[in-house]
Amino acid sequence: MSSLISLDGLTVAHGGNTVLSGVSLSIAPGEIVTVVGPNGSGKSTLLRSVIGAQKPARGRIMRAPGLRIGYVPQKLHIDPTLPLTVRRFLSLPARVSDAWAAEALEQAGAGNLAARQMSGLSGGQFQRVLLARALLCDPQLLILDEATQGLDQPGSAAFYQRIEKVRQDLGCAVLMVSHELHVVMAASDRVICLNGHVCCEGAPEQVASAPEYRALFGTGTQGALALYRHEHNHSHDHDCARGHGHQHEAAE
Amino acid sequence: MILLDDFLIRAALAGIGVALAAAPLGCFVVWRRMAYFGDATAHASILGVALALSFDVSVFAGVLATALAMATTVSALAGRGYAMDTLLGVLAHSSLAFGLVAVSFLQGVRIDLMAYLFGDILAVGRADLAVIWGGAALVLGLLWWRWSALLTATLNPDLAYAAGIDPRREQMVLTIALALVVAVAIKVVGVLLIAAMLLIPAAAARPFAATPERMAVIAALLGMLAAVGGLQLAFALDTPAGPSIVCLAAALFAASSLTGLLLQRRRG
Repeated sequence: MSSLISLDGLTVAHGGNTVLSGVSLSIAPGEIVTVVGPNGSGKSTLLRSVIGAQKPARGRIMRAPGLRIGYVPQKLHIDPTLPLTVRRFLSLPARVSDAWAAEALEQAGAGNLAARQMSGLSGGQFQRVLLARALLCDPQLLILDEATQGLDQPGSAAFYQRIEKVRQDLGCAVLMVSHELHVVMAASDRVICLNGHVCCEGAPEQVASAPEYRALFGTGTQGALALYRHEHNHSHDHDCARGHGHQHEAAE
Repeated sequence: MILLDDFLIRAALAGIGVALAAAPLGCFVVWRRMAYFGDATAHASILGVALALSFDVSVFAGVLATALAMATTVSALAGRGYAMDTLLGVLAHSSLAFGLVAVSFLQGVRIDLMAYLFGDILAVGRADLAVIWGGAALVLGLLWWRWSALLTATLNPDLAYAAGIDPRREQMVLTIALALVVAVAIKVVGVLLIAAMLLIPAAAARPFAATPERMAVIAALLGMLAAVGGLQLAFALDTPAGPSIVCLAAALFAASSLTGLLLQRRRG
């Protein structure tokens, strides 16, 4: 089967700073692909390009005809002046039946929340409702942008287990960005290591042993900590060190 | 009510028309934190009045054109080096100042500036009524047509993009609706108080609404109540009509906030 979406030489710039350069990748039906990379490496920009919120400076984005994308944003601030029940939120922008909404909530583990106000939900409940909304279109591709931000470790582990369950049930592909390397390594079919460009990609074990990845994240369990130190020992520094500082603000 | 003269009925109808259009739009203004944007668009319209009078076109057209120009200028300049509130402050007050200066150049035409600053609802004629209701219907139609897309774009631009909605287009729809409301409301409450008709009923409706739709409907009801009640107040106390309408709206807001607080306390 051909890929759901493929990027060919995607280059994106924010106000003169190149955030992504020459990124090519494709996503096959049913696979879980995780994008990892340090802050400012263009992860969010990559996802925003895929959903069409960010126009590429160069390169092409090809979507399978009629591709249904379910999108779970990084964070969603709902102004307290906007009254919105979970049920009403699910019917945005397209109205869905009560039964369909209830099923999506159940699938996302938010079964009893329909009547609640969005502004009164906890972080974990909010993420599950966002997931439920993304499931409503019966997505072929589920896109999650750091969906577990603000959740504690058991919370995010449970969330990723749920994603895998959803993938099994719906057969959808998943493209996600994550900071949590240990979870990513367990849950993904393929990992893409991004730092303005694709540093390396492949099965989690392959990527974990690739020198580019080690340069970014270190080895073993120290990986997560190395995230914040990468700039000084990153082997690609010659390619993309220029303008790094600016890219950080622009890309996130 | 038998005592109501014809001009009072026309005034009431004008007020109701403006409230009907302003309140639901005002909800978006509140949700998107565009209060100052509404203010700026309204202030710019005094320049439209001056231009309309000097080029001898209808005030409605002049105001609509400048309000639109103002709103699109702000949208275009936003995010290019200045904070939104700075940009709005500069444009709103300078266009108000230019408008006031331009009006002073108008010779031969004696215009009552106060009527445009504070409205002249008691002088609403049949033609004005047609313009007001036509404009209000247009605004309501626009909001009705784009409602879901507008709400989605208001929640989060990326969520809108992912659903195939262009949030910039929805912003444009709101901008046009805002210009229309300013153009029809200028006769009723005047440029200085238009933002009040947008904001106050919407804010007063918030404690009683569980969904956006209910908030819009309650805001419209409160707005109409303020318009009709404010007119009667003005008639009874011999006070200026536009400001009286806004005063009543403010009183409704105070009452609703208090009730909201009490409800909250009782719940827990």
